[in-house]
Amino acid sequence: MIVLRAPLNGEDIKSLKTGDEVRLEGTIYAARDAAHKNMVDAIHKGEVLPFDLQGQMIYYVGPCPAPPGKAIGSAGPTTSGRMDAYAPLLIELGLKVMIGKGNRSPEVIAAMRKHSAVYLAAVGGAGAYLAGKIEAVETIAYPELGPEALLKINVRDFPCIVAIDCRGDNIYDLNPA
Amino acid sequence: MRCIQYEEIKQAVKSAVIKANTRLPDDILEALRTAVENEKSSRGRMFLEILLENADIAENEQMALCQDTGMVSVDIELGQEVSISGGSLEEAVNEGVKEGYREGFFRKSIVSDPFIRKNTGDNTPAIIHTQLDLGDHLRLTIFPKGAGSENMGRLAMLKPSQGIEGVKDFILQVVREAGANACPPLIVGVGIGGNMEKAAYLAKKALFRPINVPNPSSDIAALEEEILMLINALGIGPQGMGGDITALGVNINTFPTHIACLPVAVSLGCHCTRRVSIEI
Repeated sequence: MIVLRAPLNGEDIKSLKTGDEVRLEGTIYAARDAAHKNMVDAIHKGEVLPFDLQGQMIYYVGPCPAPPGKAIGSAGPTTSGRMDAYAPLLIELGLKVMIGKGNRSPEVIAAMRKHSAVYLAAVGGAGAYLAGKIEAVETIAYPELGPEALLKINVRDFPCIVAIDCRGDNIYDLNPA
Repeated sequence: MRCIQYEEIKQAVKSAVIKANTRLPDDILEALRTAVENEKSSRGRMFLEILLENADIAENEQMALCQDTGMVSVDIELGQEVSISGGSLEEAVNEGVKEGYREGFFRKSIVSDPFIRKNTGDNTPAIIHTQLDLGDHLRLTIFPKGAGSENMGRLAMLKPSQGIEGVKDFILQVVREAGANACPPLIVGVGIGGNMEKAAYLAKKALFRPINVPNPSSDIAALEEEILMLINALGIGPQGMGGDITALGVNINTFPTHIACLPVAVSLGCHCTRRVSIEI
């Protein structure tokens, strides 16, 4: 089993092939629509981001609140296509791994090829199962966004599949749909 | 005249939203178990097994099945011999949703305005449809639906000359375009006939019907079967990564329409289509 742990470099990313099963360990960042918009606005204004993107992984998720005794509530991936407008700039600034569900735009895939980034799919709709792979959660920015706040989360044995690798091979193109 | 208390409705809705978000309906569980047997792709089977494990964890640990606990549709059938005391029916439903989402630790996913997009903080308002009828019953169907699948729903006003073939082509096109986004294997709700808003409502209501209950008309039931086969022949598969099981069921509802119209709406339900019906 391939294990990924941030920070990752271009060589780590180039070794991954579409269809590979991988497990994530350690720190990943959780962000979806509104947090992406805030980050991209901050970049355009020349502000410092809440975390250094270099070599990092972003999970597209807006989790449920944590029930008593748990680190997080249900936490499966959201549809990645809504982040397509923001992703190329983040990739250009060093983001190496995106985790979500569903296909990506040609612009995102072009940025992945140019800067050696990879897109992983987590199991959509398996929120309770995936919550069990998350050990700790910390809100690091945009708490006012509620379920869309920017989180730093610690994962263990978090399962994903390489959906689009840095050569642009796409798992969603492999079927006749 | 039968009198029902506001508080009783609120409590029933609260319990129903908690149950709906933590327990997958029996017909869908059964279909997922059958799908594991029939899926030839090993990756597809792995996903289906994870979804069954997910349903177990959600029920045993009282956690939301999916983090997208959705916008709640509430479909109400109200007997006109019922009076409601202590507050309005709509308020009782919204207060029940509010309390259920707080107590269930469910995500609050509703923003107050399509452009300002400020979270209302309590997952209300619900989308409420009420049908008045003879009798003294009060039945509610609670249907929290996530946006991954909801965003892939489509509606077309076809020409009557396009007929059944046009309808089939449109449904297949919607499923194909949805790909992985709507979280296959899907439950496909189809509304055919009526006018524009009626077709959309018929499609949504088709998702309320268990997938092991066919349309009462044998012609439409045969069409449901046929379209399910055509969808599964697309090869999209579980999670859109290839396979034999793209949909678990197709439910179609029809209604009389205008001489110039052939409306068809498709509402896609994910593998985690959640619904609870209650009678008060």
